[in-house]
Amino acid sequence: MKNKTRNQCGRRGERVFSNICVMPSLIGVMIFFFIPFCIVIYYSLINNPVLKEFVGIENYTKLFHNAAFTKAAKNTAFFSLVSVPLSVILALGLAMLLERKIPGKSVFRTFFLSPLMVPTASVVLVWQVLFHNHGTVNQIIEHFGGHTVDWLKSPYGQVVIILMFLWKNLGYNMILFMSALCAIPRDIIEVADLEGASGWYKFVHIKLRYLSPTILFVLILSMINSFKIFREVYLLTGNYPQDKLYMLQHFMNNTFNSLDYQKLSAAAVLFALIMIVIMAVLLIAENIFGKDVE
Amino acid sequence: MKPKKIGVRERRKVFNIFVFLFILAAAVLFLFPTVLTIANSFMTSNEISANYGSMFSNMTEEKKTFISQNVNLKFIPDKVTFAQYKAVLVQNSDYLMKFWNSVILTVPITVFQMIVAILTSYGFARYPNKFKSIIFFAYIILMIMPYQVTLVPNFLVAEKFNMLDTRRAIILPAIFSPFSIFLLTKVMRRIPISYVEAAKLDGAGELKILTKIYVPLCKGAIASIAMLVFIDYWNMVEQPLVLMKDAAYHPLSVFLSQINTGDIGLAFAVGVVYMIPTVLMFLYGEDYLIEGITYSGGIKG
Repeated sequence: MKNKTRNQCGRRGERVFSNICVMPSLIGVMIFFFIPFCIVIYYSLINNPVLKEFVGIENYTKLFHNAAFTKAAKNTAFFSLVSVPLSVILALGLAMLLERKIPGKSVFRTFFLSPLMVPTASVVLVWQVLFHNHGTVNQIIEHFGGHTVDWLKSPYGQVVIILMFLWKNLGYNMILFMSALCAIPRDIIEVADLEGASGWYKFVHIKLRYLSPTILFVLILSMINSFKIFREVYLLTGNYPQDKLYMLQHFMNNTFNSLDYQKLSAAAVLFALIMIVIMAVLLIAENIFGKDVE
Repeated sequence: MKPKKIGVRERRKVFNIFVFLFILAAAVLFLFPTVLTIANSFMTSNEISANYGSMFSNMTEEKKTFISQNVNLKFIPDKVTFAQYKAVLVQNSDYLMKFWNSVILTVPITVFQMIVAILTSYGFARYPNKFKSIIFFAYIILMIMPYQVTLVPNFLVAEKFNMLDTRRAIILPAIFSPFSIFLLTKVMRRIPISYVEAAKLDGAGELKILTKIYVPLCKGAIASIAMLVFIDYWNMVEQPLVLMKDAAYHPLSVFLSQINTGDIGLAFAVGVVYMIPTVLMFLYGEDYLIEGITYSGGIKG
């Protein structure tokens, strides 16, 4: 009996230790993110920092009528909706191609990872050389008698930033898929082969099943990275780029610079809400698809 | 039966050759900006200005038409020279100062973020409960927020604690960024409980379990996460622009983007110098980056 209580005390001590471990981070996140974010929510509900009158959702309705905001939201949504799935699909495709028996695999892997090494600003310079109105890509198009466009100053800019995003993120996503593909149990594939399963069947019913947690993970990672593309766009085109390149982050930066905290706060809260919804959907998806794998 | 089988095998071989060529082409495209940056860093400043200068000069001005308005992409320098490097490393101390600014921001962020992440992930992985999983979910939400959403919170805190225009304004929030916690928790959750129980039988306390079992088992993951964190902050642009007005403290990543328009003749050499730490990390740590990825499953892991 005595022994048991002591044991429980010990367990409690261990629990306390594991709770203490979380504390530094929790305190830090509270101070630097959570509490100030509550203030941001408060800011989004008042008319201005001096009068501090509660105005309800007025800041939000104003936001929806703001042309710059709706434009930025549309562009960001478009960019993410195209580039994130593309980066998942292409990375998976590349990983599956690299699964084949071809020489120099590890060298290729390094090549595909190399975009991680290059400083963003240098890359931006290279992309400028490529996609400038008199840049390399247009010279090639001209050479073949095609019709050139001023990439960065036209709606085609979106093509450029999607390419840029893919270039930067495909390699790492591919690595994640490669290690996931290696983890698929060989014997299941072999049984499927013996049963005469088609390549398509094996892909859909076996590989995708086993890959689904990784796909979800890569999806989240790509989403995070898709918001970071602002860095490149900003360095390429500055604070006020061509219409189609004007991202939510531009909007927020510019609002921040013009000190319009109410508008900015409302936009930040809205963005956060959308992210919560997306995460909830992904979590539900994980519960549906993830179950029979584990 | 037999000839058909050979046919299939040969077809597969031909297909593999096509796959090889395709991947080769893709890989070359991926490597291209890196090679271009390195190759161009050995050109003279004049050559670079002649090749790319037209991008940044105002083309509507009639005066400038004597320069070719086409951008001239070149890999092989007319004359190989280290003049750019000399200018960057010896003649002008500005670049090295900014490089140091980057180091003094990025290294503390990476080191402390990893320490916090190891502790927190351990806390999350051991004795999970409802409260912890709620916090974990909140961290995931925080993790996917773009910087512009946390910009105002960061700014408010920096203002409140009088940290604006100091390095702390960037370093402190970054230390508590939950990205590494998310990844590491997923790794630590997979450590079999039997290891812990065996250690307990030998009389190990919780601290010992953390330092002697969890950390060594996660070494690869910790290394690869630290690399990702380092690379991310090494390239930071937004934070210094918002939180530090004094350009003297700006890291090279911000400065580099300004050279592009100003001193373009040196941009490539500075880029290469800035690449050195990440390249070294790759040389030593690429295997970690590839094998340490055990965290790639799902959200909750």
